[in-house]
Amino acid sequence: MSAPLLSVAGLCVSYGRVEAVRDVSITVAPGAIVTILGPNGAGKTSLLGAVMGVLRSRGTLAFAGAPIERRAVERRVADGMCLVPEKRELFVTMSVEDNLRLGGFRRRASSDYGATLDRMWTLFPRLKERRAQMAGTLSGGERQMLAMARALMSGPKLLMLDEPSLGLAPLIVRDIFRIVAELRDSGVSILLVEQNARAALELADYGYVLENGSVVLEGPAAALRQDERVIAAYLGIRSVAT
Amino acid sequence: MDLSIVLILLQDGVTNAAIYALLALALVLVFTVTRVIFVPVGEFVSFGALSLAALEAGRMPGTVWLLVILGVAAAAATLFAGRRDLTVRSVALTLAETILLPLAIAALTAFLAPHKPPQLVQVALALLIVAPMGVYTYSAVFRPIAEASVLVLLIVSVALHLALVGLGLIFFGAEGSRTEALSRASVTLGDLFVSGQAVVVLGVTAALMVGLYLFFERTLIGKALRATAVNRLGARLVGISPGFSGRVAFALAGVIGALGGILISPLTTIYYDTGFIIGLKGFVAAIIGGLVSYPLAAAAAIMVGVLESFASFWASEFKEVIVFMIIVPILLARSYGTTVLEDEE
Amino acid sequence: MSASARTALLLLVAFAAALPFIPGVPPYWITVAAYIGMAAIVALGIVVLTGVAAVVSFGQAMFVGFGAYTTAILTTRHGWPPLATLPVAIGIAGLLAWGIGAITLRLKGHYLPVATIAWNISFFYLTGSLDYFRRFDGIAGIPPLSIFGISFAEVTRFYLVTLLVVVALVVVTRNLLDSRVGRSIRSLKGGALAAESFGVDTGRAKILAFVYAGVLAAISGWLYAHFQRAINPSPFNVNVSIDYLLMAVAGGVGQIGGAILGAALVTIVRDKLQDVLPWLIGAQGNYEAIVFGTVLILIFQFAPEGLWPYLRRLFGPPARARPESAGAAGLLRPARERPAPGAEILRVTNLRKAFGGLVAVNDLSFTVQAGEIVGLIGPNGAGKSTSFNLVTGVLAATGGSIAFRGEEICGRPARRVAALGIARTFQHVKLVHGMSTIENVALGHHLRGRAGALQGALRLDRAEEAQIFADARRQLERVGLLDCADTLAGELALGQQRLVEIARALALDPVLLLLDEPAAGLRHAEKTALAGLLRRVRAEGVAILLVEHDMDFVMGLTDRLVVMNFGSELAQGSPADIQRNPAVLEAYLGSAA
Repeated sequence: MSAPLLSVAGLCVSYGRVEAVRDVSITVAPGAIVTILGPNGAGKTSLLGAVMGVLRSRGTLAFAGAPIERRAVERRVADGMCLVPEKRELFVTMSVEDNLRLGGFRRRASSDYGATLDRMWTLFPRLKERRAQMAGTLSGGERQMLAMARALMSGPKLLMLDEPSLGLAPLIVRDIFRIVAELRDSGVSILLVEQNARAALELADYGYVLENGSVVLEGPAAALRQDERVIAAYLGIRSVAT
Repeated sequence: MDLSIVLILLQDGVTNAAIYALLALALVLVFTVTRVIFVPVGEFVSFGALSLAALEAGRMPGTVWLLVILGVAAAAATLFAGRRDLTVRSVALTLAETILLPLAIAALTAFLAPHKPPQLVQVALALLIVAPMGVYTYSAVFRPIAEASVLVLLIVSVALHLALVGLGLIFFGAEGSRTEALSRASVTLGDLFVSGQAVVVLGVTAALMVGLYLFFERTLIGKALRATAVNRLGARLVGISPGFSGRVAFALAGVIGALGGILISPLTTIYYDTGFIIGLKGFVAAIIGGLVSYPLAAAAAIMVGVLESFASFWASEFKEVIVFMIIVPILLARSYGTTVLEDEE
Repeated sequence: MSASARTALLLLVAFAAALPFIPGVPPYWITVAAYIGMAAIVALGIVVLTGVAAVVSFGQAMFVGFGAYTTAILTTRHGWPPLATLPVAIGIAGLLAWGIGAITLRLKGHYLPVATIAWNISFFYLTGSLDYFRRFDGIAGIPPLSIFGISFAEVTRFYLVTLLVVVALVVVTRNLLDSRVGRSIRSLKGGALAAESFGVDTGRAKILAFVYAGVLAAISGWLYAHFQRAINPSPFNVNVSIDYLLMAVAGGVGQIGGAILGAALVTIVRDKLQDVLPWLIGAQGNYEAIVFGTVLILIFQFAPEGLWPYLRRLFGPPARARPESAGAAGLLRPARERPAPGAEILRVTNLRKAFGGLVAVNDLSFTVQAGEIVGLIGPNGAGKSTSFNLVTGVLAATGGSIAFRGEEICGRPARRVAALGIARTFQHVKLVHGMSTIENVALGHHLRGRAGALQGALRLDRAEEAQIFADARRQLERVGLLDCADTLAGELALGQQRLVEIARALALDPVLLLLDEPAAGLRHAEKTALAGLLRRVRAEGVAILLVEHDMDFVMGLTDRLVVMNFGSELAQGSPADIQRNPAVLEAYLGSAA
């Protein structure tokens, strides 16, 4: 197995005296989809925030072999990490195209800006139709797509997605998951936080289960799908029904 | 009151309003990008005006030393903040920007000032001396506490204002100065006597506004600033560092403030502490615009300027009362219509 | 307050009182100390207004001016004795604060501070331009303070009076903040929405804080006028207001001790700089403003919360003595009459909520009966929390009806909904972090108590407070958090904070209880305990509506389920039925990718 793209060890995140993430260690291999499951409030979003550098944390973080704890968010973006947050955080009063343009803010070479933009239009044809529209006027699914496209404009090696299916209709969720799979196939590693446990485990290579800020279970996604505890807690209804 | 008086008052009001509008834009810009209510923008006005007056008199303005001191403070703060991640390149860049540049400007001033260069050169020199203080102020004072609450940022802003006013008194003394008009030409249009200075003020203001508009609409950096204002977290996630946006915003505010002073100083006598009340009127306009809308802030500035002009004609003693009391109903009107319950930060 | 802190404070007061009698203390120090005292009174008001109620005012010097001008005019022109003018000064300042507050406090965000600047500047120019106030010359010949024939013209005497007033106002302020009304003011910072949901009129609480700060400023102004014996508009201008705000913030806004510390710091630094700097720098000039500004900037670079929080750590956390449980019950409003089991409590019919084009809740209908737990489930974003906000009056519905015990409540504000006996918890916990756990629970008792601001300030509310806190302890015990009663709510783990919210909801003595994800963040044993508690509450006849993602928890606890998806109702029925419903399975599990 190749050296991990992202490795996190002993990570802790605190809000005042409340510890949201406690001693979490995870790794993401190049070209893998890794999913993090867990109930609301388990610390999944805080974990992603700490990896991206928008939250302060203790512990070690290494990306592509280099320690990054001290690097500011913008350095991490330039290094090839990006986060699509749960709330999307779009520039709502700016056009779709401006949002994408700013997504490529850290790109050194502007030469391949056009090529990347074209690739986004291919991946998300709906966005191309709305390129001049304000981001704030988009529908929920389009917003998620724009948030992903904006992140991809920086040419990341690691894409972190926080609840991409939140509040979206099943058809759109299917679309988004298909695109996530395509991205993995094109070499981007994915760290996926998802409430839709079954869909996430079917897509992912590896999974972690987070509870009260700690990893309580981890393993290959196929194994987690069969795990009694995961079935009971996250695939709950089904287990009772069948 | 006949038509010619109305026209004169309108001209006065609109000319002052143009400067309020500029300051309002600077305040909106700095606030949306950094959450700092930039009270000392008024001191940039005073410094710009008084530096120009000193140069006109063939003296070296004291603000040059302030520029050097602020540069040193900015260098110290920047290097301290980045102490864990320093490279030769970053240190060299910081020092060049914060130490070498002010020294170069100081040297240039020392060389040119005694020769009483042409007016345009004096104006450029005054701008060069005062405008960079915006960036240094940000690096030295606000960057280290960028995450503090709006209230703390405001109080620090006030403290900076107090310190700068004190410095202004030392540099320029208690006497006021009035600089020469930037244009002595004048035109008479029917009843209206249009002064060249008013035309210059309005022209420069209009040009600056168009320039800013193009900057925000057409350039990547301008868009990055807007992005920071719209969504701070989103901007960080695409790699726009808050420090970068803050520096650009303060740099622009420095230029606008200094320019405002240069434009207004031929119109009225400027004292070391005059800037505050001018800035306050810009602030009122900015607030009426909700601290977010540029066009509304500009419109509000015109209202403030014209109102002030007419108020000083009718009831000069109550000029300030009228100007400031009129904003309460306007604020009330602006306040209605949104949700009632909000949890403050 | 811990014993050592109390001793330290008493020593400090004793020292302050003894200061003029210590041999070798220059009389000038006493003058400075008197100024500190007068400034501290204003800063104390700002602590309540800005630090506690989160309202920033740049106009406090104007209220000082109200007090000063009132007594100046009454004593010099109408021959009133100084003491007689104090109630008038307080009354005028209070009334004007109420009026100005009623207009201005409606303003949101940054409009409010600016409006206070506008008021203050207008006051300055009005007093400076009107003959009635003798324009910028001001009013001279104000008599010295004399009370019952004893003159306080002499500095030491005046200082002691000022000290007495400061101590009295510190005690009154502490009492006020530690009362039923005080808790409602304290909830303005971070918990306004929750407070409204427990019956607090937060708009009123805000005005109250404004009036209180205005009255304190006027008292300071009254003292000032009789100390200076002559006044003009300058000490009441907006830059002085900024000075007062500086004092409160530099000391640590929100801290009573910070007000005094900040007042002392700012007054002394300003004063000393005037003496020391010319000697130090060897030049005459206005250097103190520069050094003063720079010192303040540096303070905030290293202590953004102000100085007091740092000093306070020396004395440990400020735990407070709680009134102990009183014997006689019955001061609190009595428990509501319980509806008969099975009686219909809530009927929601065709409820609809649209945010712009997005329909968050679409034609939702369901009922909840007394003694029943109904679960509202569905994927994240299905509209469950929006439905909660509609029922509790936090949001206004776009259409449909909500009937509580047969009465239409759609469109009522949250605090009136709460008064009917509807209590709730929040998906994103809304506790007041700076308040102890038990005080947060006591906020839930707001509607059951009666004591007003004056009773609180004068400690006439102790019997009622004792009962509130006795009941709050009972509720904390029920959720298993009695040990954490005096811990600051912000320091609890998230799961515990959710339990505190439940205790607060129970404190309202509700007929209908709405719980938004109560089990999130709890460990297995805690979930079991919570389920047990909710069963007991149900057995008491309370109707419970519950949003929860933990299916084990929901299925084992609820009597009926309402499933939502995309704002609409997907299914209703018993837990067993729901588990077999194919549409639910599809929506809830999401389709396989």
